Amino acid sequence: MRTLTGAIALILLLGACKLNSNKTTLPIYGNRQAVTTTANGQSVIDTVYQTIPAFKYINQYGDSTGSKNLDGKIYVADFFFTSCPSICPIMQRNMLNVYNAFKDNADFKIISFTIDPKHDSVPVLKNYADKLGVTGNSWWFLRGDRDSVYRIASNSYLVGVSQDSTAAGGYVHQGYFVLVDKQKRVRGSYDGTDMKQVSQLIDDIKILQAEPANVK
Amino acid sequence: MKLQIIGSICVLLFILIIFSCQSDGSIEFKRYYSGGIIVYQNHCQNCHGEKGEGLSSLIPPFTDTAYLKANLASLACKINFGLKGKITVSGKDFYGEMPAANLTPIEIAQALTYVTNSFGNKLGIITVDEVNADLNKCEN
Repeated sequence: MRTLTGAIALILLLGACKLNSNKTTLPIYGNRQAVTTTANGQSVIDTVYQTIPAFKYINQYGDSTGSKNLDGKIYVADFFFTSCPSICPIMQRNMLNVYNAFKDNADFKIISFTIDPKHDSVPVLKNYADKLGVTGNSWWFLRGDRDSVYRIASNSYLVGVSQDSTAAGGYVHQGYFVLVDKQKRVRGSYDGTDMKQVSQLIDDIKILQAEPANVK
Repeated sequence: MKLQIIGSICVLLFILIIFSCQSDGSIEFKRYYSGGIIVYQNHCQNCHGEKGEGLSSLIPPFTDTAYLKANLASLACKINFGLKGKITVSGKDFYGEMPAANLTPIEIAQALTYVTNSFGNKLGIITVDEVNADLNKCEN
C-alpha cells in the first residue's frame, strides 16, 4: 500500500513538473472587458485587455522617447534610481543578464524608469548606463515627470513606488520586472532581486517571441 | 625511569598546549568568519554581490587582494563613515558613493574577516580590537 501511495505521489509530481515545463502561453494581466462590435453586419463580442497607456519621456541620450517607440516590441520595465543603495544594484545586476541575452534582438527592449528625476538628470543617467556597460538602444533609462512616472508605475505596471525620507535613499519601491507584450499588455511580473525568477523571465520572453502576432 | 615518565608527560602537555592554542585561534577565526557571512548578506551583498563581484564600473569588487591588503587599516573607516569620491580597484576607477553602514565595531570586524578571507582573499582575522584602533584613526 505504501509503495502504491509513493508511486502515485511520484507520478503526480512528475506530472506537475511536466505541466510546468510545457507552459507555452503566458497569462494576460490587468482588467478586461467584453466589447461588442459590428463587423460585416454581424455583431462580434471581443475581449479588450488592459494596456499600458501612452507616455513620452527622455532617455539617457536626451532623446524624447516613449510608448510609440515600443509599438510592436516586447519589453521589460522596472523602476529604479541611480543613487539607490538598497535593492537597485542587485536588480540591475540581474537585469544585465536579461540585457545580455536579448540585446541583439531588434524587437526587444528594457525600460528603466527613474523615480528620482530631480537627481537623475540625462547626464547622470547616461553616466550610469555607461558605467553599467549598457550601449546602444536596447536598454533605455527614462526620465519623466515624477507624478506621471509614479502614476504609470502603480496604475499600469502595478508596481508600488513612494517617497519616504525614512527609507534608505529616500524612496520605497518594489523590485519587480514587468514583462509587456507587443500589444502593450502586461504578461508577467518577476521579483528582480531573485535570480531564479529572472531566469524564468528570460524563458518567458522566449515564449512571447514565439507567440504568433495575430493572437488576441 | 620516573624522571623519563615525568619528562615525556611534560612534552606531551607542551604539545597539547600548542595545539589547543592553535585551535583557539582558528575557533576565533571561524566565529568571526561565520558571523561575517550574516553581516555581509544583510549589509553588503545587495551592492557588492554574492561572490564579491561588484557591479560593472558602478560598484567595486572585493576580489582585488592587493587593494584590500594595502588599505587594510582604513577599511573599517570606509564602512563606518561611508565613501565618496574616486577609488581605484582592480585597475578600474569608481566614483560612486557608499552610504555609511550602521554597524557595531564587532560587526565591522566580522564583515571584514569574511570579506578579506573570501572571494580568493586570504588575509587572516581582523579582530574587534584592531577595528576599534582603526576607527580611532579615521580621517573624517
